[in-house]
Amino acid sequence: MNAATTTERPTAPAPESGPNTAVRITPAATVQHGALLTWRSLLKIKRNPEEILGLTFMPIMFAGLFVFVFGNSMSDGGWQSYRDFIIPGIAAQSVIFATVGTGVTLNTDIEKGIFDRFRALPVARSAPLIGAILGDMVRYVLTVAMVLIVGFAIGFRPESGLVGLVAATAVVMLFAFGLCWLSAFMGLLLRTPMAVNIFGSIWMFPLTFASSTFVNPENMPSWMSAFATVNPVTHVVDTMRGLLLGGPVAEPLLWTAGWTLVLTAIFFPLATRAYRKRA
Amino acid sequence: MTDAIRAEGLVKRFKNETALAGVDLTARTGAVLGVLGPNGSGKTTMVRILSTLLLPDEGRATVGGYDVVTEPHQVRRQIGLTGQYASVDEELTGTQNLVLIARLFGFSRPGARARAAELLERFALTEAAGRAARTYSGGMRRRLDLAASLVGRPNLLYLDEPTTGLDPHSRNEMWDVVRGLLDDGVTVLLTTQYLEEADQLADDIVVLDRGKVISQGSPDQLKARAGTQVLQVQPADPGRLTEVITIVEAVSGAEGRSTDTTANAAVTDRAVLPEVVRRLDDQGIALAELTLRKPSLDEVFLALTGHPADDVPGGRDTAPATLERTTH
Ligand SMILES: Nc1ncnc2c1ncn2[C@@H]1O[C@H](COP(=O)(O)OP(=O)(O)O)[C@@H](O)[C@H]1O
Ligand SMILES: [Mg+2]
Repeated sequence: MNAATTTERPTAPAPESGPNTAVRITPAATVQHGALLTWRSLLKIKRNPEEILGLTFMPIMFAGLFVFVFGNSMSDGGWQSYRDFIIPGIAAQSVIFATVGTGVTLNTDIEKGIFDRFRALPVARSAPLIGAILGDMVRYVLTVAMVLIVGFAIGFRPESGLVGLVAATAVVMLFAFGLCWLSAFMGLLLRTPMAVNIFGSIWMFPLTFASSTFVNPENMPSWMSAFATVNPVTHVVDTMRGLLLGGPVAEPLLWTAGWTLVLTAIFFPLATRAYRKRA
Repeated sequence: MTDAIRAEGLVKRFKNETALAGVDLTARTGAVLGVLGPNGSGKTTMVRILSTLLLPDEGRATVGGYDVVTEPHQVRRQIGLTGQYASVDEELTGTQNLVLIARLFGFSRPGARARAAELLERFALTEAAGRAARTYSGGMRRRLDLAASLVGRPNLLYLDEPTTGLDPHSRNEMWDVVRGLLDDGVTVLLTTQYLEEADQLADDIVVLDRGKVISQGSPDQLKARAGTQVLQVQPADPGRLTEVITIVEAVSGAEGRSTDTTANAAVTDRAVLPEVVRRLDDQGIALAELTLRKPSLDEVFLALTGHPADDVPGGRDTAPATLERTTH
């Protein structure tokens, strides 16, 4: 805690050895509490075998299976050309599925009374939510990185190099930020972690498959192609492809930004309201 | 000295029931206030309001002089809370759980580590300090939860049913811990379903029933009202039960109750036992059973309220965790 904060207790112990809580919650305190709770969220990655498996094994499996099972049939250029097409898509898909975890974790923490513990402490009310979201943003980045590493291992070498990789990651993170509020809202609205998991992931299948993630939407029946064209995931994946492999970027990026804005505008207020009511 | 807690006319309604129906309560600084009541009587709701987790619908409460509704942050700086369900972070180690809370309280990094080590030591968790709390036994979790609520050196500690579900050994350990806290000058509000626990630990007891305070006073006053023990007499010949009841009432001075075969009455003095035996003998009534036992909470309630503790519509079953929390 910074030097400006004081304690009102008559026998204030030295800050080194004692509590030193702010008389008022300042923005600086909110940031500090949020950071501590982000640290808490990240500590769990190490300790949870399921998470480590989800973060490593899933991308390896998805990238490996799609590239080598479908590769040669999907593209005249052989599996290598399908690999280049699909790695950005798998990165996006993995992150989109990872957002479901945000709602599940929130729900679990509330149900177990962990958030009650934090809320009875002299910390900023929004800190547990901030910690949960920021911690998950780090998870999303790790997910993208893992897919790209797997891609690299099987020969994915985007023309745009590191700049392209960073830019493509930034784009999918932008979208994930918007989407995680939807997941957070479900996590705060639904009763059990199981329900959050089911209702959260059900949408993810049409969203990621009926898009340009795995195939060109032009080859879909017209009604599905129409859906795929407006599907935000298509725009995210197209932007990433543009940035990594070359191709139009501006238009899909604009759509991606628009969708992110819409998602955030709707679900950020809903989620924070549900948080205030429930947590 | 001012009172640590002052609550007046607290009312809390949930969708279709009234959890608190106007509760007044005072906790003296440095003392243990026991809130005694059966499942569903409103104990947890009370604790949640006093720890700023829930807003009352009516009434007001101050903690350490601060209003729980308008000055929640000041209240949170004074209190420690150990909820009914140990809310430790399962995937974090014992140390990490405590360091996190110490850091949130503004301890420096080394200060937080030192505080965590000190509390782990105090609660005999040093050996398990580096293990995920997921691997802890029920008793260890409760102790870690309690340690977590003491990190910020609270002036006031809430313990919501700290021993429910613990085996007798862990329960005794927990009692010792609570007694130890008092030496530190911490005011404690403890909720319990066990008369014996309130008797052992509390300086003052408030009895809660259906969201209302139905009795309060020192453990001795309460026991005088409810009887410390129950005399139970079963005649060999059930036909003589009425005579037995008359004798039991005469000796105990309390209203007798009976089942098909047995007469019961609350007694405060063990000396009634030989007296009852003598009178039964005089009447030539042979006995199948004669016992003096601790009253169950039901009997205490019956004595205090005139109705058993478990005849409330909506059920008194242990509420599942999800019902205990605020949902809307
Ligand atoms: N979040 C809630 N929603 C609806 N009813 C609740 C909620 N919390 C408590 N109740 C009800 O309020 C009453 C008092 O509950 P509680 O305070 O948990 O009692 P205790 O802790 O003494 O067992 C119970 O009937 C319970 O079902
Ligand atoms: Mg309770």
